[in-house]
Amino acid sequence: MRKKRLAGNILKNSLGWIIALVWILPIAGIFMTAIRPYSEVINGWWQFEEFNPTFSNFTGALFHESSPLLQGMINSLYIAFPATIIPLILATMAGYGIARYRFPFRKTFIITVVMTLALPQQMIAVPIFQIMSSLGLVDSFWGLILVHTAWGIPWTTFFMRNYFKTLPVTMEEAAKIDGASDSQIFFRVVLPNAFPAIASAAALQFTWVWSDFFLALILIYSPSKLLATQRIPLMRGQYQVDWGLLSAASITVMIVPIMIYILLQRYYVRGMVGWTIK
Amino acid sequence: MELRKAHIRNFVVFVLPALFLLAVFVLYPTFSTLFMSFVGPEGELTLQNYQSVFASGDIINFKNIQQGQFPFGTLVHNALWIAIHLPLTTFLGLFLAALLRDVKGGAIIKSVIFLGMVMPLVVGGIMIRFMFDGNIGIVNLFLKTFGFPTQTWTAYPETSLLALIFGSVWLWTGFSMIIYSAGLETIPKTYYEAAEIDGASKLRIFFSITIPMLKPITVVVVTMTLLWELKIFDIVYVATMGGPGGSSNVLALQMYLYGFRAWDFSKAAVVAVLITGLTIFAAIPLIRSAGEENVQ
Repeated sequence: MRKKRLAGNILKNSLGWIIALVWILPIAGIFMTAIRPYSEVINGWWQFEEFNPTFSNFTGALFHESSPLLQGMINSLYIAFPATIIPLILATMAGYGIARYRFPFRKTFIITVVMTLALPQQMIAVPIFQIMSSLGLVDSFWGLILVHTAWGIPWTTFFMRNYFKTLPVTMEEAAKIDGASDSQIFFRVVLPNAFPAIASAAALQFTWVWSDFFLALILIYSPSKLLATQRIPLMRGQYQVDWGLLSAASITVMIVPIMIYILLQRYYVRGMVGWTIK
Repeated sequence: MELRKAHIRNFVVFVLPALFLLAVFVLYPTFSTLFMSFVGPEGELTLQNYQSVFASGDIINFKNIQQGQFPFGTLVHNALWIAIHLPLTTFLGLFLAALLRDVKGGAIIKSVIFLGMVMPLVVGGIMIRFMFDGNIGIVNLFLKTFGFPTQTWTAYPETSLLALIFGSVWLWTGFSMIIYSAGLETIPKTYYEAAEIDGASKLRIFFSITIPMLKPITVVVVTMTLLWELKIFDIVYVATMGGPGGSSNVLALQMYLYGFRAWDFSKAAVVAVLITGLTIFAAIPLIRSAGEENVQ
């Protein structure tokens, strides 16, 4: 019996790690390709006869002559911070509002919010382009921030509302009896308790805005304003794929969401799982 | 729980700002696109846009389907994506969630697999190209080792779509795995203990306790995965641009090509409406559960 269990354990462990290789190898590969000169990896990054690690691919991508990635990273940060903070403030208030108050069309509002979760960005693309053109906000960071804010509001509202529903109302009622106004209750009592949910929502919203490609593609086109994600396809090279440059650029762009994931892992996963498991 | 009745002032302060942005930048554009898809060149209401989109063969290409030759049309490509990607990622995610609980270093493996979810999809597209590349792709290294022919799989009409689909399995499996991992933790241990005392086999326990207990989670995983598959855009744009010859094109990219390459907004609107119809249909369980919860 014990022998059988041991054999089962060994089998499980080796199976787990063999499957893990399917994910580990490509990631190791892109890393190896990024830190080595292209001439070394042309026959496969797993060849190690010559091994001269270098940062030249990274500097090449960051200071690329036609599309420097550094500028793209800065632009993406310009977009991602306001496009995380503004919708979070608005959605936290709206989520609290629909979790605690009764008002006309409340249910309609909630259903609308859930339906917009299913919407593809393609459904708003053309009118958004037209609205932004008439406002003179095409090819402007503020235009894109505005769209990201509006696009992020439904899910953050829904997310915050689900969280507020789990918070007991007794504290708020106690504050009310003590004579606190509704806005005092919100800022002094509710908001400090909502920190874990706000951190989760912020981690996800920031990641999504950072990773967005489609909205940027239709709204931003000046070479100097292109975001980080938009610059990756431009690194491909004209005739032959320059994998060194491309993998260094990929790592640079994905390092930001990966850092958020590592630093806020607890909140990140809870955010992801949060909308699904109550 | 008793809801407080809102004063108008509270409604204005808490809900109106969000509602305003939602109305102007999400709801209005949605209905505008819907309307646009039914308007002809002279401003008349018509089905002409739908006819010309479907007649083009960009959505469903019957002739090519009969001949078994890519492209089959973007709608068919998305359907293929669902047919392959949905069962694979769902089962693989569940399997890994269950397996890695008993594996030493399972948490590390989970984090690595989840990286596919964390990386921007643009980078995901590059990863797929990288894996399936003819010279430096890891897929070809394995094929070569076992004596199979090698090529840049994304560059040929017969294989480009399949390469993208299998690559997207690599990217998305982390999602179902993480959700199922969390779900497994919610099943009370006593259920398993009771079953073991009754002498149930491991397999029996899995199918009679684990699977039924995970049903609500499975609904969520399937819904979210369906939405992801229907909206797929970035990885196709970056890895193949729908090519060669439209053989890996998908609905969302077709909409972009109509709208922002050919500048034909009416045709683009038709495709957008088509995707939206499908995603709303896929989201019915989500919408229904949100609706039910609110009958208080």
